[in-house]
Formats: sequence, structure tokens, C-alpha cells
Amino acid sequence: MTAETTSSAPATVGPVGPVSPEEPAQPAGPGPAAPPAALLARLRASLPGRIALRVLSALVLLWAVATIVFFLQHLVPGDPALAILGGASANPPPETVAAVRAQYGFDQPLLVQYADFLGGLVRGDLGSSYTMKEPVARIIAEQIVPTLQLTGASLAIAWAIAIGSTLLTAARPGLAARIGSGLEVVLAALPHFWLGVVLLVVFAVTLQWLPVVDDGPAGLVLPALTLGVPLGGFLAQVTRDEFDAASRQPFVLSALSRGTRPGDVRWRHVLRHAALPGIALSGWGLGSLISGAVVVEVIFSRQGIGQVLVTAVTSQDLPLVIGVTFVVALVYVIANILTDLAAVAVDPRLRTSIGGAS
Amino acid sequence: MTALATAPETAAPAAGSRSRARRARRATALRSASFWLAAVVVVLVLLAAVAPGLLAPQDPLEISLGESFDAPSAAHVFGTDQSGRDVFSRVVHGAGQSLAIGLGATAIGLVGAIVLGLLGGLGGRLADASVTRVIEVLYAFPGILLALILIAVYGSSALTQMVAVGVATMPGYARMVRGQVLAVKGSLYVESARALGHSPARILTRTILPNAFRPLTVLVTLGVGQAIVWAAALGFLGMGVQPPTAEWGAMLNAGRTYIQQAWWMDFFPGITIVVFTLSLTVLGRHLQRAADSGASR
Repeated sequence: MTAETTSSAPATVGPVGPVSPEEPAQPAGPGPAAPPAALLARLRASLPGRIALRVLSALVLLWAVATIVFFLQHLVPGDPALAILGGASANPPPETVAAVRAQYGFDQPLLVQYADFLGGLVRGDLGSSYTMKEPVARIIAEQIVPTLQLTGASLAIAWAIAIGSTLLTAARPGLAARIGSGLEVVLAALPHFWLGVVLLVVFAVTLQWLPVVDDGPAGLVLPALTLGVPLGGFLAQVTRDEFDAASRQPFVLSALSRGTRPGDVRWRHVLRHAALPGIALSGWGLGSLISGAVVVEVIFSRQGIGQVLVTAVTSQDLPLVIGVTFVVALVYVIANILTDLAAVAVDPRLRTSIGGAS
Repeated sequence: MTALATAPETAAPAAGSRSRARRARRATALRSASFWLAAVVVVLVLLAAVAPGLLAPQDPLEISLGESFDAPSAAHVFGTDQSGRDVFSRVVHGAGQSLAIGLGATAIGLVGAIVLGLLGGLGGRLADASVTRVIEVLYAFPGILLALILIAVYGSSALTQMVAVGVATMPGYARMVRGQVLAVKGSLYVESARALGHSPARILTRTILPNAFRPLTVLVTLGVGQAIVWAAALGFLGMGVQPPTAEWGAMLNAGRTYIQQAWWMDFFPGITIVVFTLSLTVLGRHLQRAADSGASR
């Protein structure tokens, strides 16, 4: 029952959820969205319908996220206009405060501000930063590309580790499997702030194989390793568990008896089954990579929205914080939809079973 | 039961029963060795948290400018920092506060999760639908992002750090509590308790709650490690306890400035966190294995 949770390193209180066997199957139970059941069932029966439903629920989710961050912003003690002008100690004249208040719309009723905020989101306008006095959307647009490059490279590294370790050591006799799984536990437990510092000191400062700070491809190696290795350890654990289970299936024996080489069976048949939970978790994985990118970009002084977020949080520049978190939530939601589609691509069974890829 | 124990059997079905027995013995020995190693680490850290004076050779705040940036040596096993303070003594003295933040955050996360999870699991369809949505929305802020938002709103301090990490761990726990409560609620023994005529309050407190929470105890062991890592990450970013207090995250933050000249300032607090959280993981898995085999018997 708790096989998945066993495989989770400390870094996995979150991911236990998505595949949690304790979660009663959503499609089967009297789900929360029971009323228009007939319509839902018809939509779920086709792939485009399922995607449409998925996108719709993603939009509702993003609206909820936007609402939460908007009202959080108004929990901040003190006058935001004063904060923009450098705090109460700056002692700006009242007319300046009033001008700033009018400029940012703080003199409007809360609901009007909320409507403006939502309207802005739809147009891609995230407000403007208190400290940088620039539109938040422009700052993010400038900084998100390096972060996406970093997280993309890290995800690739993580999968390379997961597949390599599983193919080489899972379901093999002797010490190999034990060493492999032990190593995965250790990798998954490495915090970014420590691994990054160690890699930086060893490869950039001491051996000088790689640059300490560089925006080119050489500068991507250490940050991507820092970010990708722990996730790789985690994905490998999940993949290994599934690989062990799949290699006991009858189809393995039948493939072997057809004369397929054992290596081919592992690579073409067993791995395909074993990769599924890992793929389902990759959307979550990308989210954890973006969260980790905050730390990694600071260690390696890399450009990116993580670095922007840290500065914004420290200076309590709320529009910037909210803008970045909203965009991250957006990327995360899109990534989760994409991983659902990837799961369908890898597992043809999901194309016919209703609601399989929830 | 575990992948570890079953893998060799399936891969070599023809292996003799004697070698299989030997392998099983070796696996058990390996497992108990890792268990004892982990237990020793956890006990040492707990000891450092309760009575740091027993383990630390020096005062963690004692400045000695003549000895600043000394590399690890017999006199200072973990080296010294920019003010000549003994890093080992600071790591030992930091255990208390770091552990307190980790435990406090886990407690906050659990309390929130239990409220949400019980509401969802027992409150009927509408409550469950809302709780599911709330959890889903919280999940949309991956990792420490939720914590960062809270720190942006309330400013950085040790208390915000703890609360922020707690809130960030909440959705994961809430999801599990809800799932557990739903699973237990639909189980046969709850049905039979109902058939026996037990009152709903009695069924809730005597049957549902204990059974739903038992698996959580294991996850908390794993979760404390996660909370300590997240708190340390926030500390590393300078959003927690401020230096010169001896706390692991604050030490990491101070070491970041001098990383090119004094690697030991970050390396040793970091590896302490790694070894400690790994030990918690190993212990958590042992507890889980014990709980699973107890349940299946």
C-alpha cells in the first residue's frame, strides 16, 4: 500500500500526493463534480474533450491562485504608497503620497482594485515593481528564459540519471541493485544549497575546469547538475520500484521465450512500464526544479527569475513577488497538463480508459 | 515487501535456496547496520540540541580575530569562520535552533493539514470538494515558493521562517490525511463499529482517528527532515535567523560570502544537514517497514 511513500526521500512529502495510492481513485468515486455527470462523462470519453476539461480546470485554478496572491498583498501591514516611497522613515510630503496612491490605484475600493488586477492578468499586465519602477511583465520576460533553460537541462539530467541507474542496476541479482538504490537515496537527499556549493568549490574554484560565473553553455553545467541530481535520485527510486514490479510480469517471460535479448526486454518493454509514474511526477518535478532554481541561481550568481524573486522578497517588492509566483504557477500548471499528455503518449491504455490521466 | 528484498529472487529464480538465505541474511545485516548508524546520528544531534555544552569544545560566539579563516585542523576540526569562531562548536550549538524550527514547522503544517483533511474526509461532499480545491491551489505554489510569498508579506524573521515552512509543507500532509480518513471511513471495521451501535463520536475518536493517523507518524519522521532542509534553504538565502546566532541556515548564509576562500564554512553545516536528514529517512523507513509488517500480520 505504501510502497510509493517508502521510496520517498525527505524531499518528497509533496510528491507522495500525486501518485498516492491512499488517494481514492477520483474518477470512480462520487466525485465533487457529480451533477452534470452525463455531460462530463461524454467529454471524458474523448481525448480532445479531456484536454478541454483539463484546460478549463487549470484556468479556474489560476484564478484561485491570482485571488489568493491579490488578497495576501493587502494583508501587508502599513501603507503600500509609503513602502514605494522608501518607508515611513523617508517622510515624503503628503501630496507625493497621494500622487503615488492615485498612480497605483490604492485610493480605489478593494473590489475595484481586484477587478483591475484580474483584468490586467488577462491582458498580461502584472503591474509595476515598487523598487525597479518597471512593468513586472517586462522584468519576468527578460529573466525567465535563463531559468527555463536551467530547469529544462536539469530535467534532462534527472531523467538520464533515473533511466541509467534503473537500466544498469534495477532487478539485477547481487549487490548491484542494492548499491544503485542506496545511491539514489543519498542523491535524493542532497539539498541544492550544499551540492551547489560543493560542485562550485571542487570544479570551478579548485580544479578550474568550469567557469565560476558564465552565461554561456559552460556556465550551465554546474547549476544544471546541482538542480538535476537530487531530482534524478528521486525519479530513479520511483522508476526502480515500478521496474521491479514490471519485471515480474508475465509479458517479460513471454518476450524472453520469444528469443528477445534480455537487454532489449529491459529497455523496450519493462522500462516503458516503469517510466510511467516518473513521467506523471515530472510536472511536479518541474515545479520543484523552479523552486530549487531560486537557491541555485543565487549560488552561481546566474540570471533568472529565481534571483529576481529573492531580491523582490528581501525588499518586500510585492507586485514583483506576486508576478513571479503567478508566472511560476502558470508554468507549473502547463507542465502538469503536458505530463498528462506525455503519459498518454507512453501508455496507450490511457487513451481508452476513461479519466485515466487525471 | 520492499523492492530491496524481492529483487534478487525474481532476477535469479534458479538460485539455490542456500545462497538465497545467505543473501537475505546479508540484506538484514546491512539494514540493521544502517538502522543503528542512523540511530546514533539522530541521538547525537538530539544530544547537541539539548546539551550542546557536552559536545562543543568552545563557545560558539567567542571571537578570535587572530584565528579567522583557519582551515580544518586538530584544533578546529571544522575550521574557523571570518571572526575566528570555531565552526564545529557553532554546528553543535546550531542543532537546537535548527531542530526547533524544523519541528515547529512540521507541527504547524500538521495541525493545518489535520484540520483540512478531517474537514474534507468527514465533512460531506461539499466540504470535501472545497478542501480538495484548496489543496490543489496550494500545490500550485511549488516547493518553497509559498514560504517565500509569506516572507515577502510578513518580513524575514525566525518566526516567519518557521511558519512559512510549515505552511509550505501543509498541502502534502493535508492530502494524505484526507486520503487516509476517507479510506478508513469506508473500511469494514468502521462499518462493524457502526453496526455494533457505537455513537458517531466514539467511532470518530476511537476508530477513525487512530487508524488514519498511524501512517502519519512515519511520514512525520521524513517530513521533519524536509522541513529542516527548507528552513536551511531560506536561511541560506538570508531570510531566517540573522548571524551571528549559531543556526545552520544562518551559518550557510554567512559562509556563502566567503565560499571561494573558506569552503568549510558552508561544507560542514551542509553535510551535517545531509547526514541528519538521511538518518531520519533511514529511521522513517524502518518504522514504516515495521508498521507494514505489523499491519499485514
